[in-house]
Amino acid sequence: MFDAEKWSLVWTHRQTFIDGTISTLLMALFGLILALVIGIVIGFMATSHKKALRAIARVYVEIIQNTPVMLQALFLFYAVTFAGVNGFSPLMCGIIALGIYHGAYISEVIRMGIQSVPKGQSEAAYSQGFGQIATMFYIVLPQTFKIILPPMVNQVVNLIKNTSCMFLAGGAVDLISRTNAFAVGEGTGSAAGQGYIIGGVIFFIICFPLSMIASHWEKKLKQKDIQPVKVRKKPDDITDAELEEIIREKGGEH
Amino acid sequence: MIRLEDVHKSFGDLEVLKGINLHVKEGEKLVIIGPSGSGKSTLIRCMNYLEEPTSGKVYIHNHLMSRKRRAFINKIHSSMVFQQFNLYPHMTVLDNLTLAPMKLKKVPRKEAEELGMMYLKRVGLEEKAHVYPTTLSGGQQQRIAIARALTMQNRVIFFDEPTSALDPEMVQEVLDVMVELSHEKNFTMVIVTHEMGFAREVADRIVFVDGGQIIEEGTPEHFFTNPTNERTKAFLSKIIR
Repeated sequence: MFDAEKWSLVWTHRQTFIDGTISTLLMALFGLILALVIGIVIGFMATSHKKALRAIARVYVEIIQNTPVMLQALFLFYAVTFAGVNGFSPLMCGIIALGIYHGAYISEVIRMGIQSVPKGQSEAAYSQGFGQIATMFYIVLPQTFKIILPPMVNQVVNLIKNTSCMFLAGGAVDLISRTNAFAVGEGTGSAAGQGYIIGGVIFFIICFPLSMIASHWEKKLKQKDIQPVKVRKKPDDITDAELEEIIREKGGEH
Repeated sequence: MIRLEDVHKSFGDLEVLKGINLHVKEGEKLVIIGPSGSGKSTLIRCMNYLEEPTSGKVYIHNHLMSRKRRAFINKIHSSMVFQQFNLYPHMTVLDNLTLAPMKLKKVPRKEAEELGMMYLKRVGLEEKAHVYPTTLSGGQQQRIAIARALTMQNRVIFFDEPTSALDPEMVQEVLDVMVELSHEKNFTMVIVTHEMGFAREVADRIVFVDGGQIIEEGTPEHFFTNPTNERTKAFLSKIIR
């Protein structure tokens, strides 16, 4: 572990790790952009009042969330390659696979955010003469940002880590593949442990600050008490479920 | 100004409105009363198409309402004040007032803000222009919601149970603002409320709704001294003590 010779071997091959980091970051960045586009579209569809759109969104999310991302990446890479498409690089494959996978998760985050805004907000906008898109833009979305930011950052962290799935699908360019190539390589294999540690440290350096930001935001949100204004209801209007909730909130002392 | 022709509204199997015919004249102050679940809220929400009737026609100023035309017709003709205020919590009070005029009517910011301040003054809350709505009491929020409706400068305002969610001590400040508004001849006001004293004071006409139908309508005088329908009598005897 503290063998200077092995660490110097890592240093000599530093370009491998730098290249791997760059292609992992590239894959993550463009994968994220694609995931955001897919997530926003599917997320809006999931909150649409058109049944067909909601159904499509649901099916997409369920299929993607309930199969392994690794399998999706493998399927994509080999299906496209065997279909005879030239120049389908592992990088491209990673971007698309991660975009599709994390798009499903991000759509759920966006759906949750939109649904957390009370219906009265959009009704107020409609009553003023705003259309649906303008209502979304001026009234609903600005109120969702605070709520969706922490889970959104968690998705970014997961996306960066999931670039490792490309090790099997195409491989060779991202940080994990390069780290592993280094670790099993002739001449460098003796420093396998050191190689893996460096790969891990690089991932940690990228992901840890993001996780910190996410949990910081989350804490701030909890302190800030963004609960909707308490509105007094007439006793007749309180439903059974709400009654349960009130009792639970007060610890059953009332 | 507002005309409803044979309006029906169902939620699933439940028919909430069973054929409503109603004509609200320009400048009229119409109060809708009725027991809980009678359909009165659905009725007022059909007027600006927050609920789309299952069948029947709604005209605002001779424009036939439809889902597609809702945004435009509401923009130029009507505003609404809600039971739960529905102020936009992510904006200051003044921004709540100026957003729609600026974005929808292209009123320049300076003008919109002057307008907003004028109406805030009218509801007695000009000093709250730059705070966020959630820091205010329910009564203050509702007065601001009224100012927001006024800033659109439309001639129809719908009030959907504007005092029902308020603590008792705040009801009067909101009613005072509404009474003051009712003195304006140009404003058409449609108000769903349980406040009978207020109804008697401002209404040109009262409509009693029960079971999704208009059971009786007439002047406040008629309603409070000489109602004819048995259900109206029963309702009024319960609510006025």
